[in-house]
Amino acid sequence: MYTATAPDAAAGDAHAHEHAPAGVMRWLTSTNHKDIGTLYLWFSLFMFFFAGGLAMLIRAELFQPGLQLFQPNVFNQLTTMHGLIMIFGAIMPALVGFANWQIPLMIGASDMAFPRLNNWSFWLLPAAGILLISTFFVPGGAIAGGWTMYPPLYIQGGIAYDITILAVHILGISSIMGAINIITTVLNMRAPGMTPMKMPLFVWTWLITAFLLVAVMPVLASAITMLLTDRHFGTHFFDAAGGGDAVMFQHLFWFFGHPEVYIMILPAFGIVSTIIPTFARKPLFGYASMVYAVASIAFLSFIVWAHHMFSTGMPVGGQLFFMYTTMLIAVPTGVKVFNWVATLWRGSISFETPMLFALAFVILFAIGGFSGVVLALVPVDIQLQDTYYVVAHFHYVLFSGSAMAIMGGVYYWLPKWTGHLYDEKLGKLHFWLTSIAFNITFFPMHFLGLAGMPRRIPDYALQFADFNMIASVGGFLLGAGQLLFLYIVVKCVRGGAPAGDRPWEGADTLEWTQTSPPPYHSFVTPPLVR
Amino acid sequence: MRIANYADLRANSCALRRLAGRRFFALLSGLVVTLAPALARAEYRMNLAAPATGLAKEVYDLHNLIVWICFAIFVVVFVPMVVALVYHRKSTGHQPSAFRDNHKVEIIWTVIPALILVGMAWPATRLVIAMKDTSKEELTVKVTGLQWKWEYEYLGDDIRFMSNMSTPQEQIAGTQAKGEHYLLEVDRPLVVPTGRKIRLVLTASDVIHSWWVPALGVKQDAIPGFIRDTWFTVDKPGTYRGQCAELCGIGHGFMPTVVKALAPDEFAAWRAEQKVAMAAAVAVPGKIYNMAELKTIGEKVYTTNCLACHQASGAGMPPAFPPLLGSKIIKGDKAGHIDMVVHGKPGTAMAAFGKQLSDLDIAAVVTYERNHWTNAIGDVVQPDEVATRRK
Repeated sequence: MYTATAPDAAAGDAHAHEHAPAGVMRWLTSTNHKDIGTLYLWFSLFMFFFAGGLAMLIRAELFQPGLQLFQPNVFNQLTTMHGLIMIFGAIMPALVGFANWQIPLMIGASDMAFPRLNNWSFWLLPAAGILLISTFFVPGGAIAGGWTMYPPLYIQGGIAYDITILAVHILGISSIMGAINIITTVLNMRAPGMTPMKMPLFVWTWLITAFLLVAVMPVLASAITMLLTDRHFGTHFFDAAGGGDAVMFQHLFWFFGHPEVYIMILPAFGIVSTIIPTFARKPLFGYASMVYAVASIAFLSFIVWAHHMFSTGMPVGGQLFFMYTTMLIAVPTGVKVFNWVATLWRGSISFETPMLFALAFVILFAIGGFSGVVLALVPVDIQLQDTYYVVAHFHYVLFSGSAMAIMGGVYYWLPKWTGHLYDEKLGKLHFWLTSIAFNITFFPMHFLGLAGMPRRIPDYALQFADFNMIASVGGFLLGAGQLLFLYIVVKCVRGGAPAGDRPWEGADTLEWTQTSPPPYHSFVTPPLVR
Repeated sequence: MRIANYADLRANSCALRRLAGRRFFALLSGLVVTLAPALARAEYRMNLAAPATGLAKEVYDLHNLIVWICFAIFVVVFVPMVVALVYHRKSTGHQPSAFRDNHKVEIIWTVIPALILVGMAWPATRLVIAMKDTSKEELTVKVTGLQWKWEYEYLGDDIRFMSNMSTPQEQIAGTQAKGEHYLLEVDRPLVVPTGRKIRLVLTASDVIHSWWVPALGVKQDAIPGFIRDTWFTVDKPGTYRGQCAELCGIGHGFMPTVVKALAPDEFAAWRAEQKVAMAAAVAVPGKIYNMAELKTIGEKVYTTNCLACHQASGAGMPPAFPPLLGSKIIKGDKAGHIDMVVHGKPGTAMAAFGKQLSDLDIAAVVTYERNHWTNAIGDVVQPDEVATRRK
């Protein structure tokens, strides 16, 4: 689709490492989108293992009924921090890492629009990450009221609750700066000839995601600031005794929280929409409708938030409104799935590791979508709200959705980023381990939720024992499988068969016109897109 | 439902198996062997709880309908995908075509799902309206969520009691075999008549809780400072069990919601009995209790109300939940100790138990705390002393 009429690889090489300091300072002071993208990705991988470790402890406690390993307050810390770190520390930074690496390369720009801001948005993350992890060691331990931070429970906690508010503020600032950078880059720095409707879909999804970030992060920031003032400065925003309303926090939180869900899935759509055409050797079906679908999902995400709160008891009109808007989301989401299937139809398909992840994404994400439709129906949701059914649902969209798309994307672009081919055999093994173990872990949770097991409990009634044991076995497998991922990535970074400029014959976006790894400063002369 | 989900899995694994061939199959059978013992002895409930009310039955049927529709869509969408994955692969020499869109098809697959959704929304809307209709109730019970128990108050009847989990700590710790209703049993369930429309009005005294009994099809958050309502009519006598559904702190997993439905005449008898019992429960005025009597009552009160935070050992979980062993307040005078129990400590998890417990219960638990573990203050607290501190 895209061809660079003036390849500038040679010019880029001449500039390579010209201004970059060596060693630690290279990373600390880097303003280079590739270095910063690498930092984001390593950071998120570290947090993925940290929060995944917490999940292993959760599954160990839930392996059988009774309290074996952790007291309830520690268990609640584990579930809360698992969620918080996976969302803010693993999934979001990984996607921003992709944006940093890929957006300039895919639109033929030399770097991000604001390189210094880019450096700052990354280096805020380790600060926030250290703060979050440190809360495990402060008196009283980490926050234990769920990642959703609902008051009044949140008001009861100790110093960790204040540290977490600070950390989330820092993460929010980092996200907003990153989003502004992405919007500016995409709007202003595309190669000549790349009109909006010629942008790769990944760029489109990130552009829309960035607008969502800018719109909702300040809402989260204001909600948690109100929590902070309620805790320490005598306000009563969420305290009924002073005229406040605890449910108002939930409205604010989910006004952020629902778009946040799409912030984590839209770029994943973009990754999958890049991988599938490559390995089907056929252009993406319905490019324009894909763009419109992403835009409508983003719009709808602002008017569905209260479906997280059906059991709080809102007026019948409110329940119906949010039920209808939520169901509407199925339409653009369906369009995306149909388009992916149509892209495969009459293609020339091969099954390299990135493609396997992308195909699993389409099927498993669809299952998560179906359980989403089930949950959208208020009467059914009343039964399923706050049960393991919800846990199953959001892991189908966040793990087999976002996380597996991220893994697929890593395999897809690793040859470009490192200049080496990854170990295809091990990659496939990692894929099968992950997708099978994932289903063993999370599919039974649908049944647990239907049968009546609430989420966020450290111990459970005996009728839930068998499915919990199965889920735990699957969980340990899933966790172990990710060590293989780490090994494959490290191995690929350290060496391997040379990738060449374009290891995937079906790939046609601009980054494949660059060397692998691309020169430190790529596209010094912008390519011309026909 | 059972069939649907198994079929889902099968459709999935079908596609996957063809992709990977034999190696995947070997891996899968390895897993099956590992999991077989668990699978073989299982008593699996794969669907919603057996409904005990008309509404719960309708929810059950609606859910089944939706799952079948989703399953049908799943097949329609993914059969073509599997066909493409099998027949349109590079290794079989299939040449790619170059089509990139088709407006007619795209419009069709936007409109049809929208129509299906309208079909789903119709029965759901009817049901939402029915669930929200709390009018024409025949009995109203006020439900208050507290960390970590429920209080039931039969409005207009002067019947009021706490419902605490009755599963012994030993079963949770694993030193005793777990009973049939482990974690789903309470000392006093909510008792209601069958065939009558029961309206619950819910609130909470500390944090948000959620009152949920799956078989009744009812889940409603209890929110401090606000009143919400919901309703149900139980068809058949029986005991229906659920749990608090909103994370409410360390005792969240130990806050069962149990409803006992009685035939109307049995309920009337129960109601009369309760009124008599409530009147009798007021402490005998002027009676002086001795240390042993108070400690016996106090131990029970402690186990139900204090143990989750302050622990069986009295060591607490500092700093959020301070120890009672050698505590300053306990070493201090009785008045300060009683005040702490009656009024709580605002801004912390220490609730005001004055409204939840009788004078006798508070006198007993304070006496118990002052004279248990290594605490040996030696004094006793009488109910009258608590009454004076309530003001």
